[in-house]
Amino acid sequence: MAENKFIAEDGREIVLRADHLCIQFGGLKAVDDVNLQIKQGELYGLIGPNGAGKTTVFNLLTGVYKPTSGRFYLCGEDLTGKAPAEVNKKGIARTFQNIRLFGKLTVLENVMVGLSNQIPCSMFESIFRLPRHKKSEAEYRKRAMELLEVFGLAEYSEHLACNLPYGKQRKLEIARAMATNPKLLLLDEPAAGMNPNETQELMDDITFIRQKFGITILLIEHDMRLVGGICEKVTVLNFGTELAKGETATVLNDPEVVKAYLGE
Amino acid sequence: MEFLITLVNGLSLGGIYAMIALGYTMVYGIAKMLNFAHGDIIMVGGYTVLLFLSVNPIVAIIASMIFCMLVGIVVEKFAYKPLRGASPLAVLITAIGVSFLLQSISQMIFGSAPKFIVIADLGILKIGELAIGYSTIITLACSVIVMIALSVFVKFSKTGRAMVAVSEDKGAAQLMGINVNSIITITFAIGSALAALASVFFLLKAPTMTPSFGSLPGIKAFTAAVIGGIGSIPGAMLGGLLLGIIECFAQAVPAISPYTDAIEFSILIVLLLVKPSGLLGKMRREKV
Repeated sequence: MAENKFIAEDGREIVLRADHLCIQFGGLKAVDDVNLQIKQGELYGLIGPNGAGKTTVFNLLTGVYKPTSGRFYLCGEDLTGKAPAEVNKKGIARTFQNIRLFGKLTVLENVMVGLSNQIPCSMFESIFRLPRHKKSEAEYRKRAMELLEVFGLAEYSEHLACNLPYGKQRKLEIARAMATNPKLLLLDEPAAGMNPNETQELMDDITFIRQKFGITILLIEHDMRLVGGICEKVTVLNFGTELAKGETATVLNDPEVVKAYLGE
Repeated sequence: MEFLITLVNGLSLGGIYAMIALGYTMVYGIAKMLNFAHGDIIMVGGYTVLLFLSVNPIVAIIASMIFCMLVGIVVEKFAYKPLRGASPLAVLITAIGVSFLLQSISQMIFGSAPKFIVIADLGILKIGELAIGYSTIITLACSVIVMIALSVFVKFSKTGRAMVAVSEDKGAAQLMGINVNSIITITFAIGSALAALASVFFLLKAPTMTPSFGSLPGIKAFTAAVIGGIGSIPGAMLGGLLLGIIECFAQAVPAISPYTDAIEFSILIVLLLVKPSGLLGKMRREKV
């Protein structure tokens, strides 16, 4: 399947490679020639002022939008133009800037929805409640509970997702995304609206899931403390184009970047 | 005594309405469209029973459910799927068009004269003064079983959870790897099978079938779905049962029985004035 993997100079596999991604809405180029190379296990930041096109990049990488031109590859496999569900099955999962949990389902069920493609059981088997249905339901519950425990949400498993406090909802979104067993996790402003304590907790969680699952993460963030604290590399977007990229510390001190954020 | 009989009759009729209303409400919840051709699936189900009745009544019922599922899937695939993302009005008009199409096809095949379809003569249960048709009791029992089974399916299966997820947030569900198209297909299949079952129970009550048979029960079940709160599965069950009970009680009082339909639809209007989202529907606040 992965016949032509991309390997970086240091020997690590390149999980996500995006070449010259562009998308145009009418006369507006929302994303213009964005290139990304994210290595296995890396934590990569995507930053930029409001309206810079960060979330649009996420929508391109998850199949919500089709790029006008350019391609992107996950572990060497071209996923350009695939439908969102297909992209997810191939291994890209995401969270949302404004939380989009399934509010009427319980916390446990939200994670179980994420697990849908991980455990085989056809609808026919479910309707007639054949043995495999029972087994798979038990398996779902077990796996979902394990994930909830990892994220410290086990005690809320039977609560409706809409009744969770805000910080916990953010965590649950990450847990639900992790349930789809991704190779690459996209986090869209995970710290938005969090207080400093919650942000710190989130940073610890992200560090923890990287260690535990060895997952590669691309995150959009405005909180510079969080970006500076955990991202290894960043790309700065401004008006849809790349303004700077490289090691976090270097980029954040770049005068051009400071100008884009703060004005002259 | 008469009160009790009317109540049982009402619950039984309400069970049928609920089964049809479930089709409306599930399709609305998941595909966000009003499938006005749903009532005509009942009629298709009735004629399919007629075709297979000579074999065996049970075979006829199963064949009818399977055939209606197929009709539902085909209608969705060729009439509604190409309109995914089109304006709701275009989809609504298409649904009405499909309704006419199904009625006209049936008229071409079976003619417009009523057909008599006697599935089985089940007789009447007499307990002292009480006399209730066995068909009424079977209808009530079956509709309760169907409603429980559907609730269990939605709550405790992968597909059921995916259905709830899609109805809440299609975009997020897709990004969690759920194939929205196949969930919509499954929803149409389940709704149509329930409509076929409803036609069987209608035939047990009154064994005649015409090409326009589905219209009135369709509209009434739609009313039931709206009363209960469209998009809500328990709402459709509650709305259906309520409407059935109201209908039977209105018919039992000679002074108002001619106005039964008017009463039912008036209740809908009054309810929508008081509670626009229906009894169990949730208020949608538009976010700015």
